[in-house]
Amino acid sequence: MAGHTGVAVTASTAANAQPFSAAEVAALRADFPILHQQVNGKPLAYLDNGASAQHPRSVIDAEADYYRHDHSNIHRGVHTLSQRATDAFEAARHKLQRFINARSEREVILTRGTTESINLIAQAWGRSFLQPGDEILVSRLEHHANLVPWQIVACQTGAVVRPIPITLDGEVDFQGFLDLLTPRTRVLALSHVSNSLGTINPIEKFIAVARERGILTVIDGAQAVPHMAVDVQALGCDFYAFSGHKLFGPTGTGVLYGREALLEAMPPWMGGGDMILEVRFEGTTFNTLPHKFEAGTPNIAGFIGLGAAVDYVQRIGLARIAATEEALLHYATAQLLAVPGLRIIGTAPHKAAVISFVVDGIHPHDLGTILDQEGVAVRTGHHCAMPVMEFFDVPATARASFAFYNTPAEIDQLVGALQHARELFC
Amino acid sequence: MDLKDLYRDVILDHNKRPRNFGVLAVPPAHEARGANPLCGDTLRVWVQLDGELVTDVKFEGKGCAISVASASLMTEAAIGHTRAEVQAQFERVHNVFTHHDAPLDPALGKLAALAGVRDFPARVKCASLAWHTLNAALAAADADQPAATPPTVQTE
Repeated sequence: MAGHTGVAVTASTAANAQPFSAAEVAALRADFPILHQQVNGKPLAYLDNGASAQHPRSVIDAEADYYRHDHSNIHRGVHTLSQRATDAFEAARHKLQRFINARSEREVILTRGTTESINLIAQAWGRSFLQPGDEILVSRLEHHANLVPWQIVACQTGAVVRPIPITLDGEVDFQGFLDLLTPRTRVLALSHVSNSLGTINPIEKFIAVARERGILTVIDGAQAVPHMAVDVQALGCDFYAFSGHKLFGPTGTGVLYGREALLEAMPPWMGGGDMILEVRFEGTTFNTLPHKFEAGTPNIAGFIGLGAAVDYVQRIGLARIAATEEALLHYATAQLLAVPGLRIIGTAPHKAAVISFVVDGIHPHDLGTILDQEGVAVRTGHHCAMPVMEFFDVPATARASFAFYNTPAEIDQLVGALQHARELFC
Repeated sequence: MDLKDLYRDVILDHNKRPRNFGVLAVPPAHEARGANPLCGDTLRVWVQLDGELVTDVKFEGKGCAISVASASLMTEAAIGHTRAEVQAQFERVHNVFTHHDAPLDPALGKLAALAGVRDFPARVKCASLAWHTLNAALAAADADQPAATPPTVQTE
């Protein structure tokens, strides 16, 4: 348990929040049925939360109960089930609005995930407002989901994508960003927390500069919302995107926060049911926000589950989640650095509980297989961030990403599995 | 499942000291590229022919122990054999990768060491990439592909 308690909490977490005690973590783990199993004859150590987090029973039950008792289509029928489904779905939106402190529910568009949210911005805003020669600044740290949609819309409009450099410790280079600004800069696409390295970018200062110059700010918050309180009004960004499944909620759910004036000015992206008021062959009137951007029947059960996930993290407290994960990060960093030949990729001063690493002489994929045989689940590969791998000149990394329900014992299990890999290979 | 079934001594040895690692001049050699988009592994394979005889094979790339060892073993299994023999060996190896319980053909020789991947479905692509890339290089020889555009194989 060394390092588990008494770790100084940095500015990225609430000043006086304490990590959960070992007893509290044990109680919280009881909420997650999936964690209590053996994999390849060893207790599961699930350290792949950055790819997808696990679900507390309350989320699983909320989805199942909805299907058992309330399922119907929403915003349509006058019958009781349809009304119940609509109420539950809109209640989830309300929770999400409060969760990120959006001004109103009109600013909370429900999507399939971060990827769809960013594609929506790139297509609905970008295709309408980008001109040939306009410049889109995308940090080199971005997940492909905050890069490829901009490349696509650049091709469609004649705009140009320019990479913002990163520093050797894996943070987006603020000076490099300032140096790239021109009168043609129109968009800043930036991750709040890097999925591949765990860097917490100081996005506030980037947003402040962009706002002064009227540059659209698009923040990928997929890796941030599960680990820290996010207030979109305090951040001052134009758009903020995140996914439900990294927040202990169902897959196929996501959120796009957008400033209302921008959303009003944007044309719809997809057309169909629910996003219209009146349809005639002579012309169609679109629905009001947020429904204008929500064509077709959504993942109703999924969002009800996501609402339950938001309730869960708010009940246990994001500040204590952050403090707990910070303690895990410190303990894991120290333990991993003691493994001979292990190098951590991404050493920024402010990091979420994500550690990308390589081990001399062992390819990350071999590590992934060997760790799996020891019951340890980590992600290996390029983490949908190939420009990051290129920058650090590695083909891939292994990545351990922690949630509040992980324990120091699981980190010890990871380190033991790495020693086993070294014995096999070195 | 035992890790030593996957990481046999032959595999570990060929990973550490890959045979025929390097490049051949194009022309007269033919080249193909292989990529596993899921993991970012990339591989280049060159093949040199004298009529129907495979006189030399070389490879270069970055990959895991399984993909490097498979490529290295493949070069040894192909050099000095006819194209028909290489094709027959490809089919034997492919059969090993895709049929979990198929008995091991004695003609596989050293290549039988690759059979361990059958118990690790996520790793079959690592082992098969080099073989598909060699096939593409041989196809390039037939098509008389211009040197500037080697065909690229992607595992699915």
